[in-house]
Amino acid sequence: MTDPLDDLKRAFERSTPEPDTERRKANLARAQEVFDRVQGVDAEQRRTDDRTHTWAGIEQGVRHMLKALTSRPVLATAGVVAAVGLTVLLVTATRDETPRSSVVVADAGVAPAPVPETPAPPEREETDPGPPPSKVMAAADGDDPDEAGGSTVGGRVVDDEGEPVPGVSVTLSGASGERFGLTDNSGSYRFPDVAPGDYSVKVALEGMGEADAAVRAAAGDRRSVDFTLQAAIREETVTGMSPVTVTAEARAEDDWSALASRPGRTAAPPPAAEPPVVAESAVRESRMRVAAWSAAEPPPPEAVSPPVDVRIARPTRTEAFANEPASPVKVAGEEPVSTFSIDVDTASYSVVRSSLMNGYLPSPESVRIEELVNYFPYAYPAPGERGAPFRPTVTVSETPWNPDTLLMHIGIQGRQPEADDRPPVNLVFLIDTSGSMNQPNKLPLLVQSFRLMLGQLDRADEVAIVTYAGSAGLALDATASSDRGAILAALDRLRASGSTAGAAGVQLAYQTAAGMAADGEVTRVILATDGDFNVGISDPEELDDFIARQRDSGIYLSVLGFGRGNLDDATMQALAQSGNGQAAYIDTLSEAQKVLVDQLTGTLFPIADDVKIQVEFNPAAVAEYRLIGYETRSLRREDFNNDRVDAGEIGAGHSVTAIYEVTPAGSPAVLHDALRYADRVAEPPGAAGERRAGELAFLRLRYKEPGEDASRLIELPIVRDAGRGGSEQGFAAAIAGFGQLLRGSVYTGSWTFADAIALAEANTGDDRFGYRREAVTLMRLAESLFR
Amino acid sequence: MAEAVQHVVEARWASVGRCSSVTGVAMGDEDLLQAAAAGDRRAFSELLELHYDRIFRFSFRLTGSREEAEDLTQDICLALPAKLKSFRGKARFTTWLYRVAMNAAHDRRRRAVSRTKAAEGWGDIEMSRRAEATDRAVDLDWLRRSMAVLPDDLRDTVALTIDGEMTHREAAEVLGISEGTVSWRLSEVRKRLRAMWQEETGR
Repeated sequence: MTDPLDDLKRAFERSTPEPDTERRKANLARAQEVFDRVQGVDAEQRRTDDRTHTWAGIEQGVRHMLKALTSRPVLATAGVVAAVGLTVLLVTATRDETPRSSVVVADAGVAPAPVPETPAPPEREETDPGPPPSKVMAAADGDDPDEAGGSTVGGRVVDDEGEPVPGVSVTLSGASGERFGLTDNSGSYRFPDVAPGDYSVKVALEGMGEADAAVRAAAGDRRSVDFTLQAAIREETVTGMSPVTVTAEARAEDDWSALASRPGRTAAPPPAAEPPVVAESAVRESRMRVAAWSAAEPPPPEAVSPPVDVRIARPTRTEAFANEPASPVKVAGEEPVSTFSIDVDTASYSVVRSSLMNGYLPSPESVRIEELVNYFPYAYPAPGERGAPFRPTVTVSETPWNPDTLLMHIGIQGRQPEADDRPPVNLVFLIDTSGSMNQPNKLPLLVQSFRLMLGQLDRADEVAIVTYAGSAGLALDATASSDRGAILAALDRLRASGSTAGAAGVQLAYQTAAGMAADGEVTRVILATDGDFNVGISDPEELDDFIARQRDSGIYLSVLGFGRGNLDDATMQALAQSGNGQAAYIDTLSEAQKVLVDQLTGTLFPIADDVKIQVEFNPAAVAEYRLIGYETRSLRREDFNNDRVDAGEIGAGHSVTAIYEVTPAGSPAVLHDALRYADRVAEPPGAAGERRAGELAFLRLRYKEPGEDASRLIELPIVRDAGRGGSEQGFAAAIAGFGQLLRGSVYTGSWTFADAIALAEANTGDDRFGYRREAVTLMRLAESLFR
Repeated sequence: MAEAVQHVVEARWASVGRCSSVTGVAMGDEDLLQAAAAGDRRAFSELLELHYDRIFRFSFRLTGSREEAEDLTQDICLALPAKLKSFRGKARFTTWLYRVAMNAAHDRRRRAVSRTKAAEGWGDIEMSRRAEATDRAVDLDWLRRSMAVLPDDLRDTVALTIDGEMTHREAAEVLGISEGTVSWRLSEVRKRLRAMWQEETGR
């Protein structure tokens, strides 16, 4: 007998495919981006040079600008300014060898009136000096390069033992915008070329709290602001502020008047030693290398064209969507069983809407058809007072896009409990206050949305607010929902700044939630973010694991996405799935109304956990079948009976819809030819087969009562004349077809958007909130964009 | 201690031997890696360019599906920049690379379970039943059935060693187990595959 390993090896040699070239290119490019990011941060922690440090800060600032740019086709005035700044920056980054001029230009990005034609004012170039000394010393000895230009704001961050704290995010905000930086190994930071004016310097580090101070910059001077961070988050202020220590050594002549409101408390730590010369030259060398590397590529022509080009050249590359290829048509005789988890998420619909409303077709991978279908409430028959908390309704009707197939429509309606019957709820809002949230459709919309939601809460309910942005802070301790004033005030105090560190915030939120939880109450963390966790590649997974562990403690997690541009849909999805919650995307206030007001009970109160659906097709009656959507939710056949395998939840009053397109045996639409050598499995064996010949399929549902470990089973045969669908099923079919058109499905044949529109219009039904009419509008938009 | 030094020397030797016999390009993998770790952008780019296909093939051997392999490859590529620091300069580059890749694969597996996503690939035998009438599909089908009978640890060991580029000792280093365990695992693989084929042909 031959060696099995040799056979295996040969089989591998023959079967291993070649990597996809497009993916290869994309992966290499993305890895390079990550590399740059990682190196950027490292550079600051490794070196004691201002330039690299500042450079990275600007890079970060640019990323923030880019985020702002990717979101809308019509730029507001501020957006144009930012775009101009960016355009100029690209020019200097590729042509100029000194990052200093980039610094100047980046300032233009946040200044009110940039001049695109003059990327780098020449007089600034001329003043570009040799190596800058260390920050603190620079301020003291007056040998600073920035005398001719704007002011310099810098300083040092130490912990309560006087040790320098590297990697602290520092935000300088003034009337003209924000700049970001990180402290280096000696705990120092510096912003050169600061325009005269009043600024606030804010430092934040995960686990160390945060602090801020006011400073006034005048032309040509240097302002030094030092901080002492303490590990404990103090209670006296909303954002967990720590005392600020102002050092005397580094201050310039008359700078501190502006700081009088926040006096220093402790003696200053000694200034950092001058960094070794070696470090400086090493950094210079690396800077040269960066410059040379950039110069090797010709500057992109877009860099000098109008800002609009820049915007288009940067499509939504920072968005990540979770999706899988469409489920293929399966042969019932070969693979009779289809298993999947239900999905009550709706985020994909909102993403599609926001794309279409902004004038472009959504990317196919952003379209998850089941989320489009499940966005809408359907009037399926409700379950009775007793028994299972939901009720399945199955209908079989013609497929709109194929006369030779049938649509098997499974509608599941969850029970709607009486309003005063519901248990008290504890909510922890976990709010992303990173700089990227600082857009009208993000933090302000979020605050408005939560205001709406507050009106729906009862006296017994409690609310807490945790923020995260560089550091995590408890913005509002557990507060009875009747104390609206305190909650609203806390919401109004939220400000977006700093970078995002999602993990620490999630931990604090769960800790707070655990403190609020009590028997008979529902506790839920509601994470609101634009999706950027900014914690590197491995952390989302750790986060995911953390949330999955917390799920067992009975605390649910819902994720609300805000804004576009760097929406990390994939992470949102993963977190919500792990946290037994939903992911919804809030793009407008009316969407907030839907999720947080009209359907709040469904959002907050699960009535069935780990709901799985398994359909076994009868090969005698069904030749082929295809599940529409649910690609990301499919389960293995054996997972159905495994109660340890997690699945989706149904909230109070939720309806969930799953649609199969089935090809009856003998239909001309059958795609697969019969196998010559296979047994004729389609032949029903004997009397049992006869008896079941009228059945298309057998439906099995598993679910757990909330809090229970063992699942319950519902079984239901589906017969050919199960009853045809009405307007609910018709509308769902229209949406399913619409989703397939957006995904570029091969199964819809010559069916068009116009057909989808006609079908949807004929089936708008009651449509109390106007959701269906809105969908028709979106279909029209898609139709015109598709041409 | 002395033994550890010996390992290093042998690993280096193996590396040099391989490089001279194949191409000159791989000669500087370790140097490139060190340059990349020090912040050299071009070195990183070159390194990844050189080894991308290898990463993909390894991903395929671990997952058994093209799609999954593409995704895993992406995970690995994005994980690499942050892991550059962990290269100690003593290990052979590929050993280090495969360790990063293996960790990414394990993370992915774990997530697949926690997200209840369909584990396409080796785990899902039904996938492969949709046979296409080509040799490659037949091979793939056979491969799938074979790999599917192996538990994860055996599958990992096969993925590392099957193309002959890694010695058992290097594979052991990647997996964090002893060389003897690698050899034992491979004999276990032989045993199980034989048993499976006998069962198939016996029926």
